[in-house]
Amino acid sequence: MNLLEIQDLHVRVADQLILKGLNLTVEKGSVHAIMGPNGSGKSTLASVLAGKPGYEIESGEIFLDGELLNDVKPEVRAQRGVFLAFQYPVEIPGVSNMEFLKAALDNIAAARGNQPANTVEFMKQVRSIAKTLDLNPEFLKRGVNEGFSGGEKKRNEILQLLLLNPHLAVLDETDSGLDIDALQVVAGGINHYRNTDNGVLLITHYPRLLDHIVPDRVHVLADGVIVRSGDKTLALELEDKGYAWLTD
Amino acid sequence: MAIEDLVPSEYSAGFITDVDSETIAPGLDESVVRFISAKKSEPGWLTDWRIKAYEYWRQQTPPTWAHVHFPEVDFEAISYYSAPKKAGEGPASLDDVDPELIRTYEKLGIPLHEQETLAGVEKKTPVAVDVVFDSVSITTTFKDKLAEAGVIFCPISEAVRSHPELVQKYLGSVVPQRDNFYAALNSAVFSDGSFVYIPQGVRCPMELSTYFRINAQNTGQFERTLIIAEKGSYVSYLEGCTAPMRDENQLHAAVVELIALEDAEIKYSTVQNWYPGDKNGKGGIYNFVTKRGACRGARSKISWTQVETGSAITWKYPSVVLRGDDSVGEFYSVALTNNYQQADTGTKMIHLGRNTRSTIISKGISAGKSQNSYRGLVRTSPAAHGARNYTQCDSLLIGSESGAHTFPYIENMNPNAIIEHEATTSKVSDDQLFLCQQRGIDPEKAVSMIVNGFCKDVFRELPMEFAVEAGKLLEVSLEGAVG
Repeated sequence: MNLLEIQDLHVRVADQLILKGLNLTVEKGSVHAIMGPNGSGKSTLASVLAGKPGYEIESGEIFLDGELLNDVKPEVRAQRGVFLAFQYPVEIPGVSNMEFLKAALDNIAAARGNQPANTVEFMKQVRSIAKTLDLNPEFLKRGVNEGFSGGEKKRNEILQLLLLNPHLAVLDETDSGLDIDALQVVAGGINHYRNTDNGVLLITHYPRLLDHIVPDRVHVLADGVIVRSGDKTLALELEDKGYAWLTD
Repeated sequence: MAIEDLVPSEYSAGFITDVDSETIAPGLDESVVRFISAKKSEPGWLTDWRIKAYEYWRQQTPPTWAHVHFPEVDFEAISYYSAPKKAGEGPASLDDVDPELIRTYEKLGIPLHEQETLAGVEKKTPVAVDVVFDSVSITTTFKDKLAEAGVIFCPISEAVRSHPELVQKYLGSVVPQRDNFYAALNSAVFSDGSFVYIPQGVRCPMELSTYFRINAQNTGQFERTLIIAEKGSYVSYLEGCTAPMRDENQLHAAVVELIALEDAEIKYSTVQNWYPGDKNGKGGIYNFVTKRGACRGARSKISWTQVETGSAITWKYPSVVLRGDDSVGEFYSVALTNNYQQADTGTKMIHLGRNTRSTIISKGISAGKSQNSYRGLVRTSPAAHGARNYTQCDSLLIGSESGAHTFPYIENMNPNAIIEHEATTSKVSDDQLFLCQQRGIDPEKAVSMIVNGFCKDVFRELPMEFAVEAGKLLEVSLEGAVG
């Protein structure tokens, strides 16, 4: 069974049709890159997968592990294993990162009928992940994304990815705003997450991320539909020629 | 799903106790004042004191400056005294207390037996409790153990008889009879409340607490609390309150006076959970309260911490008069309003002595169609050299139909005083909510987590026993705030 199956998806945002019949299949153990010019619908795809309010499915289906996702609440999608790494993570002042991560983990565990994680074990695990992402443990005590730099926010998203270990990771322009060192750390985290059971949907504007995370498939999204799919060489071609030759 | 979809919260303390009560007919005149005074077997000076207050009150009109709107209170429709019948002169032991009352407090999680501890508290630190039901004190626990330390903790009606010199010296010395309309009313008709005296150099061996409950219909509760901390002493005092769900509004007009002498410290914490009315704004308590502390001695300290989640209308400004040099006043407040609740609350810090310092941290949370106002005064007198104040005033809006307002007043008469004021208003955003949901947290838990985070600076100031309680209370008050 495919991990993610999207069939003829039409999505409207504030009266404007953004996705216009998108088809996509992500197999277990694979990384799919979604590329495309600004305004092509990349972030809309990420948002609609996570069930963000305001993104209205007009027609079409989304299946996760064979189950229809269309009308499932955002928190239930997360509990079933959909993870979205945000392009612009918001701040939650006063709620410490540690507290937030524990609440997320415990809620997901409870939804799956599992016991909450042992607090000591949990803290150990978070600290060890933070270390691999080069994040100062001090930041775990700070409010969620509160006063974080752009790079810290993105690394914090990857920390959540590694801790929650979802079935499907949707990464919305996680590379934007990162310097080359941070990009390597983030890419390292994503590569570490990959296994034969899960899948990654990598939304990116720049082919450079794909030097670090090698995709199985590359898709070009333009005006709400996938106009070209190929292997990793398509990314190289895009680097040379840009998008114009595909969208004209 | 959007945070605008607000539904009412459940009020778990809203039940009515069926207990045989003696309640006097509604209405207020001199004979009612004399009746209450006689009921408490009070000395002549106190009867006269009440009558003076009544005569002043009679000529006054209720204040209208607060940012709250409600139909005029009919003071003739209120009964000013109601007591469970068996209580009589006050029960000698818990065995004399109506079992129905004991069950009431069990339901509320308040321990009347000394071997029990406050509900939900794992720490086995005992808390002494004075329990006030309508107009009378039902029981006070741990009296003997406190007496060993020289601490007096008893109903104020008892203190009038057993320690008249202390009551006469301090009653009305911080909040005079003529302080304001509701304080005058309270002075005339106050029925019970707690009295605390901490002798010189004594650190009170346990937390003291009073639990107020309004039960009877059409009655007001007018309690009066007096806490005196002698030189070098320390006490931490907690106050909790609940009332049944009733369709009509009920009046609660309390007065609390704190006196801290040289090097003494009083920490006063409140978790106010009076019935807030239903989702349409019907019923609920009018909470019109005057609370003030006097830092009389050098280096004394008074700290108010309040978590206000209940009441239809809250009108309350716990204040500190900083007379002693180097004295310290603190005010930490969380005020949460939902549905049609209205709160106008804040503090006054009056700097009279040298190098006096005050801190004000206020967190207002408005949900539903509620209105939440901070009103605060910082005043420094010409003699208050080196006075310092820091005020931080944050408002959090949930949904788009509630209101948050800030009315800070600064009257600085000393050129070298330092006064800082910071204020923010923020909103629980759809994006914050979505981030939480995307991580598997349901929206109700998410809002409660966000609000708790917002209140962290204040919760830190609460004693352990109450911090847990306060967090849970916020969660309950916000229950269904997102749908």
